[in-house]
Amino acid sequence: MKAGRFSKKELTTYAIVVAAYIICEILMLTGIMSSHMKGLLVPICYYAIVAVGLNLCVGILGELSLGHAGFMCVGAYSSALFSYVTESAIPTAPRFIIALVIGVVMAALAGFLIGIPVLRLKGDYLAIVTLAFGEIIKNIFNAIYLGTDSTGLHFSLKDMASMGMEPGGKIIINGAQGITGTPSDSNFTIAIVILLVSLFVVQNLVSSRDGRAIMAIRDNRIAAESNGINITKYKMLAFTISAAIAGASGVLFAHNISSLTATSQYFGYNASIMFLVYVVLGGIGNIRGSMIAAVILYMLPELLRGLSDYRMLIYSVVLIVMMLVNWSPKAREFREKHLSFLKIKKEAK
Amino acid sequence: MSFLTYFINGLSLGSIYAIIALGYTMVYGIAKMLNFAHGDFIMVGCYVIFTIVATMGLPPVAGIVVAIILCTLLGVTTEKVAYKPLRNAGSPLAVLITAIGVSYLLQNAALLIFGADTKAFTPVITWQGIVLADGALKIQGVTIITIVVSVLILVCLQTFINKTKAGQAMLAVAEDKGAASLMGIDVNKTISLTFAIGSALAAIAGALMCSAYPSLTPYTGAMPGIKAFVAAVLGGIGSIPGAMIGGLILGIIEILGKTYVSSQLSDAIVFGILVVVLLVKPTGILGKNIQEKV
Amino acid sequence: MALLEAKNLSISFGGLRAVDGFSIEVEKGELYGLIGPNGAGKTTVFNLLTGVYQADEGRIILDGKDITRLDPVHKNQNGIARTFQNIRLYSHLSVIDNVKVGLHNHFHYSTLAGLLRLPSYYKVEKEIEERARELLSVFNMENEADVMSSNLPYGKQRKLEIARALATDPKLLLLDEPAAGMNPNETAELMETIQFIREKFGMTILLIEHDMKLVSGICERLTVLNFGRMLAMGETKEVLKNPEVVKAYLGE
Repeated sequence: MKAGRFSKKELTTYAIVVAAYIICEILMLTGIMSSHMKGLLVPICYYAIVAVGLNLCVGILGELSLGHAGFMCVGAYSSALFSYVTESAIPTAPRFIIALVIGVVMAALAGFLIGIPVLRLKGDYLAIVTLAFGEIIKNIFNAIYLGTDSTGLHFSLKDMASMGMEPGGKIIINGAQGITGTPSDSNFTIAIVILLVSLFVVQNLVSSRDGRAIMAIRDNRIAAESNGINITKYKMLAFTISAAIAGASGVLFAHNISSLTATSQYFGYNASIMFLVYVVLGGIGNIRGSMIAAVILYMLPELLRGLSDYRMLIYSVVLIVMMLVNWSPKAREFREKHLSFLKIKKEAK
Repeated sequence: MSFLTYFINGLSLGSIYAIIALGYTMVYGIAKMLNFAHGDFIMVGCYVIFTIVATMGLPPVAGIVVAIILCTLLGVTTEKVAYKPLRNAGSPLAVLITAIGVSYLLQNAALLIFGADTKAFTPVITWQGIVLADGALKIQGVTIITIVVSVLILVCLQTFINKTKAGQAMLAVAEDKGAASLMGIDVNKTISLTFAIGSALAAIAGALMCSAYPSLTPYTGAMPGIKAFVAAVLGGIGSIPGAMIGGLILGIIEILGKTYVSSQLSDAIVFGILVVVLLVKPTGILGKNIQEKV
Repeated sequence: MALLEAKNLSISFGGLRAVDGFSIEVEKGELYGLIGPNGAGKTTVFNLLTGVYQADEGRIILDGKDITRLDPVHKNQNGIARTFQNIRLYSHLSVIDNVKVGLHNHFHYSTLAGLLRLPSYYKVEKEIEERARELLSVFNMENEADVMSSNLPYGKQRKLEIARALATDPKLLLLDEPAAGMNPNETAELMETIQFIREKFGMTILLIEHDMKLVSGICERLTVLNFGRMLAMGETKEVLKNPEVVKAYLGE
């Protein structure tokens, strides 16, 4: 199965991403791609990245997280804060790299700290507590006021007035209005590189000693204990890396728009649920699948734009029908019986 | 005295959460699924009442009755069409995602039919309420009715489950689907009934909620739905008294937190309480501890 | 000194004394049987020895070290490995990956080396692969290495569980009804395998079994449990002749 230093499966994944990148670049150079479509490229990447990260948690570790939008939010805010403050002090390239490191590390830290209590819980309880933490993170970011003036930094969780700033001071984080004026340091190439790195990390983890331990815990915790596997350590490892990848996605998010706000649409539980939809439709535990599902599902409402008001309705119907067709035992039976010729192709992999 | 007012308001909000949570907890306990669309059933109920009362000019009672009937039908149909085929899908995530799809569907259908603008909901409860202690303590009619209705519902549900054959069948299915069907219980029917009751409760909760907070959008049901689910987990999911207790605690904390701590952080406080409770007691306040057999 | 020495182990579940005053001494290299009717508390004894349950009373000493209070992870790391009555494989992992999980604590490279595929990753993974295949070949399963473990036939699943337990390089191997659900041919083959691993690895084995043929065929000594208490212990032949044992267990 192994072809040199990477398995065939791993190489295929990287090849798909690189091919998609080249095609997009050609379409852009030849002017075929619309400017609207160009604007979607970076979002597609950051949603693919967060889907890959979440699949590590849901598919590989086997724990349902509904709070990954929160980790994305931590990555976005921490990196945007850095870039905003140092915009005039550091040149673009090193600034973005440092911002990326900060965003990833802060999200990993949040994942680690939240993981300590959360990973003691099981199943749906774990899911609802991750949702709770995600909402808490969003809520807190919405309440932060941070500013600076000649007397130094000012901070409040209440409103701007309670910061007690001098007039003429500079506001950095303005409560629900968030951070305005983050430099737009990200672009499609950077986004693709970060996606490739995320895939590299997750795929390498899965086929390593640590990855096997993580999947062993997922499949049978009691057996894993009897094999001397340190359960807490490996759960924490997977959860932290998963959060870190969501953080990287958040860094891209923050550096792709000029004004960052912690809205429910982007960082609430709705967003976490959307990521989960990518993971489940792409195949639980199938890293490449979640990436592709994220791309298709993100594009779908855009492709349906011509149908204006009906597009989200159609999207939801498509989602339900896809789930029924993919997962219902009856539909599976039907496929085995009548559509078995389609399977030959699948087995050839 | 103002503390008492806030406390009673919290009790009222908590009662609404409790009614929604009852539906959540029953469906979870019996069908073993998280019905993410449950909150949107509330929204549907609200729009039905809105249409009948505000647009057609019929009396509020008619609105509530039609809303209950339609929500019940909606719940039962949703279960039959979207959830039942996935009952043995092999992963609980399949039906969870489908429920999310149903939630999107209902929200976007409402968006198409009624538009995104906020509708001023005509309160179905017009009673002004009572004034105590020489005007220092004013309790609104809707507050009192909400609390009374939720207590009534709890009593009826407990009686139904413990005293009737259908209720016992629900307990049996909740315990072990396979064994229940071997005992001659019609599992499909029992699950349908559960969805019917849960959805009817959602309609009632909708009527009460929109009377207390009279503004209506396609997303009205989402957040209360999530909070009610948090309440159900807080109280111990699957437990009916647990859902009640969880709902009340959540409502009171939300209102008091908003008033005395920070209005921006009130949601953080509510979710924070959930986290703390589950860390101390991982299966909720009244939840049962189940140990895996080795 | 005995390899495993358990003294006076007891545990209660809600007032019911599931195991009451259980003591055992298993010598190094011995093949020891634990038998008894259904519900006698045999698996509970295993769960106490492996740390799944913590004993209310008593002590467990392995190779001179008191391991009474250790959790399952550390009991394994101190040299106890087990199989389960209801097979517990990593069902979504391949046969060889199941064994590789067993080898986890014996071949090391850092997480970073794994994430970045540093040279140590390739070197150690090669060693892991070789060792895992070696273990599979003991059980004649090298051809099924890449099969998903849940697709194995029942008898082979049981064998794989033993291979995985052996991979943790234990001093003491606990087998919980290894022949359950096997046909006579498979059972006979399993007996040979157990004998073989005992000789090849110098393994000390404590096994729970219902199949009397298997027990009398390979165990040197037995302990009989009934209602959580020890009914008899000693040489296999003697114990099986004991009238109380016959009455409680074989007579039914």
